Amino acid sequence: MFGVLFEQTADGQRYIDWLLSGLGWTLALAFFGWWIAFGIGVIVGVGRTVQNRVFAIPARLYVEIFRNIPVLVQMFLWYFVFPEVVPSAIGDAIKQIPPPWASFFPALLCLGLYTASRIAEQVRAGIEALPKGQLEAANALGLSSYLTYRHVIVPQALRLIVPSLTSEVMGIYKNTSVALTIGLMELTAQARQISEATFQTFTAFGAATVVYLCLALIAYQAMALIDRAVRIPGSAPATLPADQDLASEVQQGGLPHVMEAAK
Amino acid sequence: MNALDFSIVAQSWPYLWSGLLFSLSLTAAAFAIGMILGTCLALAQHFEIPVVAQIIRGYVAIIRSIPLILVLFWFFFLVPIVLGHLSGNGRPIPIGATYTAFITFGLFEAAYYSEIIRVGLRAVNKGQFEACQALALSTYDTYRHIVLPQVLRVASPIILSQTIILFQDTSLVYVLSLTDLLGAASKLAQLNGRLVEMYLVIAVAYLVISSATSQCVAILRKRYAVAAAR
Repeated sequence: MFGVLFEQTADGQRYIDWLLSGLGWTLALAFFGWWIAFGIGVIVGVGRTVQNRVFAIPARLYVEIFRNIPVLVQMFLWYFVFPEVVPSAIGDAIKQIPPPWASFFPALLCLGLYTASRIAEQVRAGIEALPKGQLEAANALGLSSYLTYRHVIVPQALRLIVPSLTSEVMGIYKNTSVALTIGLMELTAQARQISEATFQTFTAFGAATVVYLCLALIAYQAMALIDRAVRIPGSAPATLPADQDLASEVQQGGLPHVMEAAK
Repeated sequence: MNALDFSIVAQSWPYLWSGLLFSLSLTAAAFAIGMILGTCLALAQHFEIPVVAQIIRGYVAIIRSIPLILVLFWFFFLVPIVLGHLSGNGRPIPIGATYTAFITFGLFEAAYYSEIIRVGLRAVNKGQFEACQALALSTYDTYRHIVLPQVLRVASPIILSQTIILFQDTSLVYVLSLTDLLGAASKLAQLNGRLVEMYLVIAVAYLVISSATSQCVAILRKRYAVAAAR
């Protein structure tokens, strides 16, 4: 059934090479996008929990804006609108970027910033789930608020939210497919291209589906491994392993089971 | 950089409005199909119906692991073939992108809603089932009048959050060249070259609608939390 993937394409490659190059773009986008999202997400998530309004209000605005605009619209904003609204010298420089990178960078920025807003909410839920005594103990030890967050609050909150971050990892690699609308030839785009070139639609989409399923499995196993490694001793595992991701996704905004156990 | 000119948006308002109506009706239809089908899928898994439950579990796992755009492509290709087989003559029946979008979103969301309801079903107190048995209620009556209302009530904030995500996801029908809110804006933008104004305006439209709805969900969540604490 997948034999057609090893046939020659018009440009002298095999169809499977198209698929692999698409997989490369998908992975690059998801991997680098994740670290942007994680970095910004933690900072914004902390900003959501501090009393100081100078931090709290921008953090709230950030989450509201990036979470409530569809990824596809954000993609268009970065790709079409952003170069037009910045000063024309910068805008022209952006338009000079050669093809694959001209869609890769807006897509990276878009996915990173969008996912960051979702991670920020998870981080906030994690911080709010910590017992109050942690903050009070840090105060009693005379730690500054920076040191309290840096060494006491954030490390514990991050250990609590690993199960709920699994659904964000799954989210970012799935959202990479939106980049095909601005012309990035990632996995889904390549599958469509193969289907159009060979008329073997079933094979082309089937191959892409199998690859996505493998990615999901890898992401899921990796996060389960991380969770086992960093789980706070004494806090119960969320639920049965197979339901962990589901339960945490269902409880978005609420507290995943681990957090209630840790209270 | 050219000066921004939003008068173009005012002129093309009726077209954008019809796009928005399409987005909303797609959301409503997908919500209705998704909830009904999702409840059935969740119950089939809950009752552990042999074979059926395994197939449903596989379906849900696959749908949740692949991107919605790929699902749209799959259904765009598969639905006419399946309909052809169902109608008996085996020839694919082209039904057009609009119906494909409705079917796809309904089936896609069913997977997500079924997960929410399935987890909700597990959260129902065991005593509720025992009380139903003590009252000699039939299985149908137990679920229809006792269990499902509670599940829906507990899960309602999550179901609504998922529906907001669904509303945002409807913008992806852009890949099928349909005229939803984003599709309308992009077609107009290509005609008159006013990309910046068009995309900014619909970004604000999505932002206002989703943000206002999430505020309602937050109020609902708070009210429910109070009721539960009592």
